[in-house]
Amino acid sequence: MEQLIQQVASGLANGAIYACVALALVMIFVSTDHINFAQGEMAMFSTYISWQLIQWGLDYWIAFFAAVAISFVAGVLIERIVLRPLHTAPVLSIIVVFIGLLAICNSVAGTVWSYLIKEYPTPFPKEVFGFSGLIGAHQLGVVVVTLLVLSLLFVFFRYTPLGLAMRAAAQNPVSARLAGVRVDWMLALGWGLAAAVGAVAGMMVAHIVYLDPNMMAGILLYAFAGALLGGISSPGGAVLGGFMVGVLENLVAYLGNAIEKGFGVYIIGNGEKLTVALIIVITVLTLKPSGLFGRVVVKRV
Amino acid sequence: MSVTRRGFVVGASSATMLAGAAAHAQGKGKYDDGASDTEIKIGNTMPYSGPASAYGVIGKAIDAYFKMVNDKGGINGRKVKFISLDDAYSPPKIVEAARQLVEQEKVLCLFNTLGTPTNTAIHKYMNLKKVPHLFLATGASKWGKPKEFPWTMGWQPDYHTEGVIFAKHILANVKDAKIAVLMQNDDYGKDYYEGFREGLGKDVSKIVKHVTYEVTDPTVDSQIIQLKDSGANAFFNIATPKFAAQAIRKAADIGWKPAHYLNNVSASVAAVMKPAGYDNGQDIITAAYLKDPTDKQWDGADDMKAWREWMAKYNPGANMGDGFNVYGYAVAATLEKTLEQCGNELTRANLMKQAANLKKLVVPLLLPGITVNTSPTDFYPIQSMRLQRFKGETWELFGDVMSNESA
Repeated sequence: MEQLIQQVASGLANGAIYACVALALVMIFVSTDHINFAQGEMAMFSTYISWQLIQWGLDYWIAFFAAVAISFVAGVLIERIVLRPLHTAPVLSIIVVFIGLLAICNSVAGTVWSYLIKEYPTPFPKEVFGFSGLIGAHQLGVVVVTLLVLSLLFVFFRYTPLGLAMRAAAQNPVSARLAGVRVDWMLALGWGLAAAVGAVAGMMVAHIVYLDPNMMAGILLYAFAGALLGGISSPGGAVLGGFMVGVLENLVAYLGNAIEKGFGVYIIGNGEKLTVALIIVITVLTLKPSGLFGRVVVKRV
Repeated sequence: MSVTRRGFVVGASSATMLAGAAAHAQGKGKYDDGASDTEIKIGNTMPYSGPASAYGVIGKAIDAYFKMVNDKGGINGRKVKFISLDDAYSPPKIVEAARQLVEQEKVLCLFNTLGTPTNTAIHKYMNLKKVPHLFLATGASKWGKPKEFPWTMGWQPDYHTEGVIFAKHILANVKDAKIAVLMQNDDYGKDYYEGFREGLGKDVSKIVKHVTYEVTDPTVDSQIIQLKDSGANAFFNIATPKFAAQAIRKAADIGWKPAHYLNNVSASVAAVMKPAGYDNGQDIITAAYLKDPTDKQWDGADDMKAWREWMAKYNPGANMGDGFNVYGYAVAATLEKTLEQCGNELTRANLMKQAANLKKLVVPLLLPGITVNTSPTDFYPIQSMRLQRFKGETWELFGDVMSNESA
């Protein structure tokens, strides 16, 4: 029983990481209608920037917000400089650009900061956050930060004119432009926001998986699974999806162990965690293509 | 038609042989492709790009080492030309690169090509071509088979041997051992695990729990919880640096304190013990054969001082804490001494003969008491390791040199 509780707690903690990255994926999707494969690497790069700032002697929180701001600007610039010229290009070209960005971010980070893993500090003191014992102080902090970012985004998209304009620009650029929305800038803003959310995710993740140029590779897979499971168009759904994937994968291992103990046969276990998670995602998508909480988009032709 | 062509080939090759013989008569030595009075060409592949690019550091270090050798006048008066290509840790790419090096660049040998899956891909090709495939950068146990593959030789202690060493230590030192194993689910992990099981022998049932992780897993937290739950009092940690550090930290977080054995792959202070937290890593035991550049106890050693000078002069900008720079330096020094031993007979056959005739060769940066030994039947150059225990912020060597020379 103790193991079950620990596995669920650890699953929730991992889920928080996936949720954070899934949120950044959703951001880009909601504001530009694309899925950014370079999201993980951009987040990793932002994390390195904050790490560098801390190395230079800045306080954690100053470095944190500085990195978020720098990432926001960088996101806007990437949209303006790299993606703007591809405005009317087919989706495939844009995907190639995303993959290029992924490779560039990864290699540049490796060249500048080397591939040695680095420790990344946590801002959550043990005395305040480590009360339960089941879940680490930092893990609990990540859950809180994820939920905080989620609510900020919810408020932004739901209750501010800018948020409304951004959603409009992504979903129906032509009508939005007719209504006076500056669609180009909305897209750039979406990129900036996604990069900023990604930066937060990266800085939360880095303490757990350690900082290295490849730290996001595995996480991005699970984050995709989480985002698709919850619904790629719904921030809340993506966060919930992330948590579900995190808990599910640990339960698969736990169940596998229980079966092995009870019946002496190995059916599933640690090796099949990702497989089972992805099978669940495929099943959900087959039955409900827009995800558990995604809205079905109906386009009038 | 085919007869004519064969006739042409035979004629052409005998002409080359004649020309070659003539050249031999004039020069001061005997040569195969890739060597001459003035130059020795050495081929290499490394993952300079892709997921394993962290290892690319080794290729750069070797290149920097031979620059130093050339500045000092080369090997027996011959300059080394080191040609290193990118294989991206990809088996199809290394095949292409190896063919380019052997058939176009005509190198004397391939040296320290990196990776188990990659070297497996060119294993047969190199032996078919009879080109030395020397001192590979992988710890798999399959590189030391002189009967089947007389042109291939590893360098570092193989994972299998290390697994045996740990098993013996656990049996001798942990009372009523109940052993938990964390293993990366690939050839590297399995090689260690098989060696470990072999070392346990009839006590193999003392392994009470064996769990695996995939390299795509973000953390191994879930696995560590499972291991703790098994009630084990000894833990063999077969993980690469990031996962090893996570495992050490998680075990401490959930209050699991087994006798902890860490594989050499993750013995770095800078890349594992520091990120894991020094407090969490106290008393962990590992096996080592190289000096850790971040370990303060070697600061006064002559070879470490020479290494630091070389780093500053020939490999500036490289990370002083990165053990791969030590690795590259030591393995390149091994090849330098082997080539020196070849004298003026730089043929491929003689290079293999000399590589299989290294007797108690002292190589810089190997731990005190560890030397390189080979023979025509022993293609495992380094087979000894020393156990060390983590105390404070460094590793403390203890016990004698341990080996499994019979393997």
